Amino acid sequence: MANVNDVVIKIATVNGTGSASANGLLMKSIFRMGVPVVGKNYFPSNIQGLPTWYEIRVTGAGYQSRSNRVDVMVAMNAQTYTRDMADVSPGGWLIYDSTWPRSQTLNREDISVIGIPFSRLCNESFEGARARILMKNVAYVGAVAALLDIDLKVVTALLEETFAAKAHLVESNVQAIRLGYDFARENVTCPLPMHIEAMDATSNCVIMDGNTAAGLGCMYAGATVGAWYPITPSTSLMDAFRKFCSRYRVDPKTGKNTYCVIQAEDELAAIGMVLGAAWNGARSFTPTSGPGISLMSEFIGYAYYAEIPTVIFDVQRTGPSTGMPTRTQQCDILSCAYASHGDTKHVLLFPANPAECFYMAPIAFDMAERLQTPVMVLSDLDIGMNDWMIPELQWDDSYVPDRGKVLTAQQLEEMDRFYRYLDVDGDGIPYRSLPGVHPKGAYFTRGSGHTKLGAYTEDSAAYQDVVDRLLVKWETARAILPKADIRYSKLNKAGIITIGSGDGACIEALDRLAMQNIRLNYCRIKSFPFGNDVSEFIKQHDVVYVVEQNRDAQLRTLLVNDIEADQTKLVPLLHYNGMPINSGFVVDRVLTEVAKGRAA
Amino acid sequence: MSYIAKPKVSHPGMPRNKLGLTSRDYEGTVSTLCAGCGHDSITAAIIQAVFELGVEPHMLAKMSGIGCSSKTPAYFVSQAHGFNSVHGRMPSVTTGASAANRDLLYIGVSGDGDSLSIGIGQFVHAIRRNVNMCYVIENNGVYGLTKGQFSASADIGSKPKKGEANNQEPIDPVSTALSLGATYIARSFSGDKEQLIPLLKGALMHRGFALVDIVSPCVTFNDHEGSTKSYAHTRQFYHHVIDMDYVPPAEEIKAAYAKGDAMPIEMHDGSTIVFRKVDQDYDLTSRASAFKYLRERFHAGEISTGLLYLDESRAEMHELMGNIDTPLSQLPFEGLNPGNAELKKLQKGYR
Repeated sequence: MANVNDVVIKIATVNGTGSASANGLLMKSIFRMGVPVVGKNYFPSNIQGLPTWYEIRVTGAGYQSRSNRVDVMVAMNAQTYTRDMADVSPGGWLIYDSTWPRSQTLNREDISVIGIPFSRLCNESFEGARARILMKNVAYVGAVAALLDIDLKVVTALLEETFAAKAHLVESNVQAIRLGYDFARENVTCPLPMHIEAMDATSNCVIMDGNTAAGLGCMYAGATVGAWYPITPSTSLMDAFRKFCSRYRVDPKTGKNTYCVIQAEDELAAIGMVLGAAWNGARSFTPTSGPGISLMSEFIGYAYYAEIPTVIFDVQRTGPSTGMPTRTQQCDILSCAYASHGDTKHVLLFPANPAECFYMAPIAFDMAERLQTPVMVLSDLDIGMNDWMIPELQWDDSYVPDRGKVLTAQQLEEMDRFYRYLDVDGDGIPYRSLPGVHPKGAYFTRGSGHTKLGAYTEDSAAYQDVVDRLLVKWETARAILPKADIRYSKLNKAGIITIGSGDGACIEALDRLAMQNIRLNYCRIKSFPFGNDVSEFIKQHDVVYVVEQNRDAQLRTLLVNDIEADQTKLVPLLHYNGMPINSGFVVDRVLTEVAKGRAA
Repeated sequence: MSYIAKPKVSHPGMPRNKLGLTSRDYEGTVSTLCAGCGHDSITAAIIQAVFELGVEPHMLAKMSGIGCSSKTPAYFVSQAHGFNSVHGRMPSVTTGASAANRDLLYIGVSGDGDSLSIGIGQFVHAIRRNVNMCYVIENNGVYGLTKGQFSASADIGSKPKKGEANNQEPIDPVSTALSLGATYIARSFSGDKEQLIPLLKGALMHRGFALVDIVSPCVTFNDHEGSTKSYAHTRQFYHHVIDMDYVPPAEEIKAAYAKGDAMPIEMHDGSTIVFRKVDQDYDLTSRASAFKYLRERFHAGEISTGLLYLDESRAEMHELMGNIDTPLSQLPFEGLNPGNAELKKLQKGYR
């Protein structure tokens, strides 16, 4: 294990002790040395006192998913010490606080153990319980820096930027770093055989979580109304939108806001506000998670039938019911696709990383307004709340929002009569009028049965006419939604299909399988309804491994349902324990299937 | 929700408002409610109120939930957009609509079933936000569309057509709104057009959340002997606490009121509300004394009506949030997007 820039560091701490900033400091320092990183935070649904872990994968190869290895474990939490020791991969290192004696029974022959008396060092140097706890976390950053050869100048520069306004904090933090750093240098042979060397692979990249990117995307897309009810793991999306708006959306002349964020009383109200604002012509959205989708379903069905543009970000978490709010899954695929009673189906977008959360925001608004229907962006906790290294975001200044078929006052004036639900163009998308524009545009928006002219009806043929026209619109959606990312390795008969955050693990698995001479083609779906490219991909292969993060193979079900994919070809590879999927899982499962005689 | 087209017949001598429109121009489709339904009288009062105010029809937004009351926006002002939403959710839709376009005049029509059970959460939170809207509750104590079950506003002892009398405390929209800080609170009776029309005009012109709770008998399921929401019961026990007139900004207050009897209060748009206290002890600017008075009269079996509380000083939702005066839906995209150069700059913080 003398690997350079291929190390997984896992830090076990207690939540509420300031470890998040220490871990961020460590990861960003490596990133600033030009080395690609993957950060994963495993935190409890709790404010203070429960175990939490942070995993930093240093990956010179630039892979995007977590690894299932742990090379260096920083075990700062006595509560989880036994388990943390067991997690270290053979040949790895365990760092612990040697202020107190360790039970002799807790030993492993196949790993190396390094004791550093963090508590004693910090107690000697700092006053006050809170400072001592906080500085203990900074001290382990120093120790890891020494062990892995992280440039202290980079760490110090980061601290200086972070605490630019509070010079005394820089001083104490640097002191704590030195405590860990110097102790490690004096007592251990540094660096370890596996360590970090500067590269130049991150210069055009940033570190950002998906919720921040999505909030930024909504601001750039011109959203003006956001309504929401706080729910983990989506909360930080609206926090980000509000933060960016407070910076860029205050009218310079009047000092007044050009955005409106409303914290609703619940998800039922949040989605109602989004519909009301969208009906009135504003780009409006709500972020939520699975339980919120359940609550919003009635209005989602209304928006489908009354044809109101609606943008929802579902940052998925582990279900069912309350489930595990701080763990990830892709478990809302079916509940979003068919949200609400009656015949409904909805447009879905599947970002794979924070960059796509940003780029899919304007696409979501464009599609919702073009198609006059709800569009749901299915992110997840892994994408939404973890810090990802992504290429620096770009905005195309020539972008013009697609507001869809909205009639102006003049167009209405020139019309003989306006009918809201008439398919004038044959694409299943009728024309809209906005309130307050022209008396001729007035119509009665309703969720009850209506005719193509917009009138209430209980007439069978008139009712059916409208719901059938919605199917025409569905096909229009299929043709204009983002295409899948399809990659052929060579002409063969087996492929992988995945969505969203399955991308990183699958891409890496493809490389690892190729090393064993198993070359699979790849299709990462970006939208629902599925395009013809997806249908073709499935037709071309004898076996398609469908990799997704839920128990019930929801993506596979949707493929069978929407494009009548041959289900005998679709082999489900399901990862649903709440942790982000890793490439090892995909590789192992494919190999198992191949061993059973499946094509590869 | 009628699909019966109503012929537009207007007499050349009909009065016209400041826009040159007659009251016929504010009508909707033919009502499909039961003959004699109190809701139809309220619809007529709304038509008269918006006609007299000279509201531009397309600048009105008609919002509703689900139930007999929520059907009625189809029966007035055909040239206004309507949003017949889902059960109990009219307040949130109106909140969002108002957020997007603060220039429209919002009238929400709801019922006791829609607002006091499934919708009570949204009702109270719209009050809390002080959404700028006129919120009408057509209150008949029963669910009409599902054939006569009691609603949460049914009084203790009120008898249904069939079955046992109600023994649960009613939820009173007026005292609920008083306790939550609503800024315009009125109660009336569908059968008292003279009282109702000025109350509606004041509510529409009020800046902030205006509640008009209207006892509106259900002729089919709750108009029998023993019902406390019947025409007969309401006529017998309802009581004007305060009478009011709404005087638009341009008009002078007529001298019809004797000094000491009439009390003008200026509204934010320059119009005036003139009160005449029927009960001299009543103070409509004191939340606490209004609450005490109304509870006492309620327990005495009286239905107190009129403008029961008014606060013209409190900021409405947009003012509280510091929103720009231009409707958000009308802001040009260029001003909403900081551009690529700024994106590059802000990402320096993410390295």
